[in-house]
Amino acid sequence: MATQEERLIAAIADLIAAPHPHPVRHAAVGAASPIPAHAVMLARHRGAEIRLSLLQRRVGNPFTEGTRELFDLAGQGRIDLFFLGGVQIDGAANINLLGTGDPPGSAARLPGNFGAPFMYFTVPRTILFREEHSPRVLVPKVDYVSAPGVSPRGTFRRGHAQALVTGRCVFTFDPEAARFTLASLHPGETRQSVREATGFEYDEAAELGETRGPSAEDLAALRGPIRAALEDTYPNFCARVFGAKAA
Amino acid sequence: MIPPPLLELDALAARVPDGATVALPPDNSLCPVSLVRALIRRGVRDLHVIGVPVSGFATDLLIGAGAVSRLTTAAVTLGEAGFAPRFTVAMKSGALPITDATCPAVHTALQAAEKGVPFMPLRGILGSDLLASRPDWRVIDNPFSEEKDPIVLVPALSPDVALIHAVAADRAGNVWVGRRRELATIAHAAKTTLVTVERIVDGDLTEDERMAPGVIGALYVSAVAVAERGAWPLGVLDLYGADQKALDAYAREAKTEEGFRAWLSAHVYGPAARAAE
Repeated sequence: MATQEERLIAAIADLIAAPHPHPVRHAAVGAASPIPAHAVMLARHRGAEIRLSLLQRRVGNPFTEGTRELFDLAGQGRIDLFFLGGVQIDGAANINLLGTGDPPGSAARLPGNFGAPFMYFTVPRTILFREEHSPRVLVPKVDYVSAPGVSPRGTFRRGHAQALVTGRCVFTFDPEAARFTLASLHPGETRQSVREATGFEYDEAAELGETRGPSAEDLAALRGPIRAALEDTYPNFCARVFGAKAA
Repeated sequence: MIPPPLLELDALAARVPDGATVALPPDNSLCPVSLVRALIRRGVRDLHVIGVPVSGFATDLLIGAGAVSRLTTAAVTLGEAGFAPRFTVAMKSGALPITDATCPAVHTALQAAEKGVPFMPLRGILGSDLLASRPDWRVIDNPFSEEKDPIVLVPALSPDVALIHAVAADRAGNVWVGRRRELATIAHAAKTTLVTVERIVDGDLTEDERMAPGVIGALYVSAVAVAERGAWPLGVLDLYGADQKALDAYAREAKTEEGFRAWLSAHVYGPAARAAE
């Protein structure tokens, strides 16, 4: 039986491998993103050839110029896939990492923008991930734009959000229309339940299936070699999702 | 050549004037917590703290101690321990003016300063509310492009003081930070760089080809003090890890003013804390 986290990992791994004009050869994952990191590892386990740079890895970190190197790499287009979230995400894929209210941050203040205002433009593929799927997170319009979902023509931008993965469903994003389309439902969700939990307008795919879960082999890999590889970087997450470590 | 002086920790802290613009590295990158505790003991005031590029535990301590009058940073977080409690309280009360940034803009502003140029361009950011909140940043059309190509310019940033914790210093005042080379950029850009180190080593680090790539040269170092376990409760490269229990406890206790004061009494003003340094 797969856990919710393992299902989300499998859903993101499917998106990484999905046909896309920009294939993923190099993905970077930050400290707060254990589920995306596991998803990249699962995509690799399934056969994709992807270099994964774990930004917070303490020993054997791929970067030798400090964290600045991440942004230099992204600036040059040497990172193909990054993951972003937010306290709010709206229907045009604008993301808010700073806070809510007017002025922004007066209702709830979050840590801040981090690298999002830069990475959303310079990395060709972004997968948006936010487990909480509720009208307070998925809003008609974000209170603060940390980074816009789309840009006017003539703005340097390598790509956009490929998709938004939540605890209820997967949306794909069309940058031409600046709109999300509901692509698949996680087990137990319906068109109606997602509609009620979503604050922004979106389209629905004509054929709406269930989000594909992890296979038995996926689960064995996640709980075995992938866990072993990521445990140092995400100890709390691994203990919670995969249980106590075998002695 | 005159090496930078080797001082006691409190004497190093005395070199940070009230009102200074102070650059601090983030929690996972050689943050000088012992020095920050010494600054709080000396009652430093009115600092403009710059997170390079983000802020964490040390900045939260300074905020709670009432030492910060302005904060420029891309984010404030205690990582796995959660939100920075004194930052969160200060933002809620509106007591702390903050200039929000984004990580690469902080690095770029320091890189401009280290090159001695007035600004540097940076991709992205266009169309964000961050840009709207930064009148000190400019947008120009790329002068080398045939087509319209707007790009953001970030002005050079030269902090008054860079505060860093390094693994070691030699007697010439060279300090070793290993792969955390963005710390060298802070030192290159700052007017003064004050460094605490885990230990003093014999010999000259710049004469060792294996060590030299991780060195900040004495040229940039203003003064050094020894602070063993000087990043605690944060970690130092592969020397020692972060004390996650202590960070979790701080995140919990410092949510209230009384809890924060108790933490200061125990770990900043307490006799045990002083003895440990």
